[in-house]
Amino acid sequence: MNLPKHSFLILLIGLAIVAPFVAYPIFLMKILCFALFAAAFNLLLGYTGLLSFGHAAFFGGAGYCIGYFMRDLGVGPAAGIVIGVLFAAALGALIGGLAIRRQGIYFSMITLALAQMFYFICLQAPISGGEDGFQSIPRGELFGLIDLQNDLNLYFLVLVIVVGGFLFINRVTSSPFGQILKAIKENEPRAISLGYNVNRFKFLVFVLSAALAGLAGSVQALVLGFETLTDAHWTMSGLVILMTLVGGVGTMAGPLVGALVIVLLEHRVGEIGGFLSQLTGVSWFNSLGESVTIVTGLIFIFCVMAFRRGLVGVFIKKK
Amino acid sequence: MEIFGLSSSALLSQLLLGLVNGSFYAILSLGLAVIFGLLNVINFSHGAMFMLGAIVTWMAGQYFGVNYWVMLLLSPLIVGLVGIVLERLLLRHLYQLDHLYGLLLTFGLTLFIEGVLRSIYGASGLAYSAPEGLSGATDLGFMVLPNYRAWVVFSSLTVCFATWYVIEKTSIGAYLRAGTENPKLVQAFGVNFPLMTTLTYGFGVALAAFSGVLAAPIIQISPLMGSNLIITVFAVVVIGGMGSIMGSIVTGLGLGLVEGLTKVFYPQASSTVVFAIMVIVLLFRPAGLFGREK
Repeated sequence: MNLPKHSFLILLIGLAIVAPFVAYPIFLMKILCFALFAAAFNLLLGYTGLLSFGHAAFFGGAGYCIGYFMRDLGVGPAAGIVIGVLFAAALGALIGGLAIRRQGIYFSMITLALAQMFYFICLQAPISGGEDGFQSIPRGELFGLIDLQNDLNLYFLVLVIVVGGFLFINRVTSSPFGQILKAIKENEPRAISLGYNVNRFKFLVFVLSAALAGLAGSVQALVLGFETLTDAHWTMSGLVILMTLVGGVGTMAGPLVGALVIVLLEHRVGEIGGFLSQLTGVSWFNSLGESVTIVTGLIFIFCVMAFRRGLVGVFIKKK
Repeated sequence: MEIFGLSSSALLSQLLLGLVNGSFYAILSLGLAVIFGLLNVINFSHGAMFMLGAIVTWMAGQYFGVNYWVMLLLSPLIVGLVGIVLERLLLRHLYQLDHLYGLLLTFGLTLFIEGVLRSIYGASGLAYSAPEGLSGATDLGFMVLPNYRAWVVFSSLTVCFATWYVIEKTSIGAYLRAGTENPKLVQAFGVNFPLMTTLTYGFGVALAAFSGVLAAPIIQISPLMGSNLIITVFAVVVIGGMGSIMGSIVTGLGLGLVEGLTKVFYPQASSTVVFAIMVIVLLFRPAGLFGREK
């Protein structure tokens, strides 16, 4: 722990406290949720070397779960979030338990396929509202005391949860458990030969990651007040990969930076397109806002080809 | 005649539908396996290439009046060329890295290609009619056989077995198999390995485009038609294992049939049945039906 890192953290937290008075709180909360989601994903990819292509299932699944319990069963927000996390962890145990039976690229394909199965179940099950998703999820009152209808109150709750999530991930990665995860990432056969039950560690970290993704998903559903199929679709799994990649795989701050950049970009891409069409006189750029995937696809290609360390990664290496 | 309370002709026509889907699975998983064998890349953009094959066919018909039969040959060539360019420009530089980057790159490519086509054609389906010689149906007595579907199954099987023959029985195939086993040694024998990988990728992608052309008259052509299909094909590949060419073909066709049967008896599960089978296979035979434990 050196001084610049500390002052950087304090600055960051100071910024986060001032931010809702300057910017639109819902938008900030969305960024925070995605930052936690990406950090959860990064725990797998960056620290264990497992590329899950199915994290949308945990994110969206927890959102559906909290929506159902809060709207239809009248559970409070705290209990709702806990239930959402537990649901995601259980789903993670199912998907992870199956996926770790194969290695490398097969692992990614299995997580993708199982998440797609979950997506189809969400699409067809009457309980999840099919194409319409879950509308008007109440925010309720935290412990019956704090009114979460107030955006500021909710913002600080979300901030505490997300910061807590990041601290937890930091604790996990710097623990002996985290060291073994890194060993698995660097050289799995070696970790096995050292006597570690690699599959048990993979399973545990998968469930942890799923639970954290579920935390992010339930908080997001609470913030937005609705949950749709988009959150469970494979494009969402792709988006969280992109955020982690842009920010920097295997870094603590990477997912935060990546989420910030990608969410901002998705919101502003229409304006950027308008600007480009003014600049170049090509009217096609005006329609850029409707086809965000072109831009995300290009960033994906660029990051994989030339920018694999990510924004934070580049910064760390220079230092 | 009735089987399980269904007329046999209804059952048979559902089975034929399953077989049609199965032939798409077979060709696509075959291409994935060939590419993975040599390049160690899981080609996520395989679905996008399938879609390109269909949409190029539609475009050629719409704008230039080129007919189906010409496109059946031309479309795989065009898409194969696109694949070759992509391999040379992008994919080539990732072979030294973790396999995951190949998957991520092709995922990005898929988003880009789909995004571009969607900004032109929107997400709704484009219609393409079957060539005249194959429209209509033949009454076989026990069932009515739609000619075009029969053609899809027949030509897919022909292409699958031709591919199998080339890879397993000819000298070009021997190079390919050797390259899959040990690329360095093959290169040491003076084989132009980089050229081989480029052509293999082009060929795999062309296979996907070929099944895209076949699919054009029976599936709604839309920029998004490939991506849902490719995820199912991934499950097929996990079930079959990518070690064996014949394994890919058999697994693809078999799963198509199972899907068709599920549509008859329990339609709600038809979109998830392949994934459910994948779960069962993972539980009892983790390496896949035709896979070898590495």
